[in-house]
Amino acid sequence: MTTVVVTGLGTTNPLGGDVDSTWEAALAGRSGVRTLDNDWAETYGMAVNFAGQLVVPTSEVLSRPETKRMDPSAQMAIVATREAWADAGSPEVDPERLGAVVSSGIGGVWTLLSAWDTMKEKGAGRVLPMTVPMLMPNSPAAYVSLELTARAGAHAPVSACASGAEAIAMGYEMIQQGRADVVVCGGTEAAIHPLPISSFAAMAALSKRNDDPAGASRPYDTERDGFVLGEGAGIVVLESAEHAAARGARVYAHLVGLGRTADGHHIAAPEPEGKGQTRAMAQALEMAGLTVTDVSHVNAHATSTPVGDMIEARAIRGLLGAHAENVLLSATKSMTGHLLGGAGALESVFTIKALETRTAPPTINVTSPDPELEVDLVRDSPRALPSDGDVAAINNSFGFGGHNVALVFTNA
Amino acid sequence: MADKNEILAGLAEIVAEETGLETAEVQLDKSFTDDLDIDSLSMMTIVTLAEEKFDVRIPDEKVKDLTTVGDAVDYIAGAQG
Repeated sequence: MTTVVVTGLGTTNPLGGDVDSTWEAALAGRSGVRTLDNDWAETYGMAVNFAGQLVVPTSEVLSRPETKRMDPSAQMAIVATREAWADAGSPEVDPERLGAVVSSGIGGVWTLLSAWDTMKEKGAGRVLPMTVPMLMPNSPAAYVSLELTARAGAHAPVSACASGAEAIAMGYEMIQQGRADVVVCGGTEAAIHPLPISSFAAMAALSKRNDDPAGASRPYDTERDGFVLGEGAGIVVLESAEHAAARGARVYAHLVGLGRTADGHHIAAPEPEGKGQTRAMAQALEMAGLTVTDVSHVNAHATSTPVGDMIEARAIRGLLGAHAENVLLSATKSMTGHLLGGAGALESVFTIKALETRTAPPTINVTSPDPELEVDLVRDSPRALPSDGDVAAINNSFGFGGHNVALVFTNA
Repeated sequence: MADKNEILAGLAEIVAEETGLETAEVQLDKSFTDDLDIDSLSMMTIVTLAEEKFDVRIPDEKVKDLTTVGDAVDYIAGAQG
């Protein structure tokens, strides 16, 4: 087995335009959710008028041609990739040993719908030739591959809200299978558009707390009423330990286990007993050669939906048993909203930072925890992970369609 | 209807927006591919935007004959009649 390490991190999201400002905001328990910067709710009669919008628009950091040639989802992936790559020390890698795995849950929805608007208004002759390269869901992976000349392979595994975690899992496998020495992987999503918002609202999946956007994402709270849509990207640079050591790279953490299962139950609802989620976590720990007592921290999928949060919480409790009382549970979507295909990647960044700094980030807005919650939830303020010895952390990501992905990281 | 200077200025704006080049670099004698490094996809984008801006039709089979910026300006001027 090849040891796979994390040597670079990057993000842009509703809390910050880079990792440092994001982590600082997360530890401070700030919310990145605010009322929409536009009049869509009024114009279209939308039931939801808030979301986790980027704090640093991509137009502030990318050139004008870059913003015109890439869908916003690819733009965000590129912003996060540039940070992660520089953070990793811009390693010298044979292009044929460098991979790119970057997913989006929804794809280039802005491009698709804008092109359709143009066609309806002005006719087919006005549809721009870049429409297809921009809307295809592999576009962010392809642009990252182009950006870094990554030729070992470029992939975009899609599994709705588990996509970002699944991309990291595939990045691990590329290294493990000997296809690459370094893989830039993660997820991105730019779906804050009236149609996806209204579509999720039509499923009754979104919080409607329009008068209190910052308090709307409240995983495990008894008053939770749905998730809050967020946007952004998270990117991690994975590398074989050997390659990282040879170039003297700084190592944040190790990626030691993957678990992937499917519920085979319902197109949108999780299986009520969370069996698939439990199997994913157990599989990841088994692959890592760890037992439940090695786990100190879980970054939960916990999106703030009435049903989903407690299915996961019971699965965690069921797997960890009494040890759950020693595990610090964080639900960072309380601050960022739900980045869909970007979520598993951004939350991997949080999990890795938690291990690096031995600090579990808080879950905000939990004023009245669900009485059935039997895991030690980190509320309002960060809490310290064990300061000595090895610590392991699980990052859970689950997607519509019954996709369950668990990643296990350990400290460097 | 626009004169050729106006067409050049308008075309330069489109090219600058698409490529990041300065508008001043977009001159009549410049080749789209050799001097301005514009690939076929960008060229098709520029053509689509120019058709809208100047209210003309530039058939796909005509685009390959537009080697220089001057060729495009002449074609647009002619198409506007």
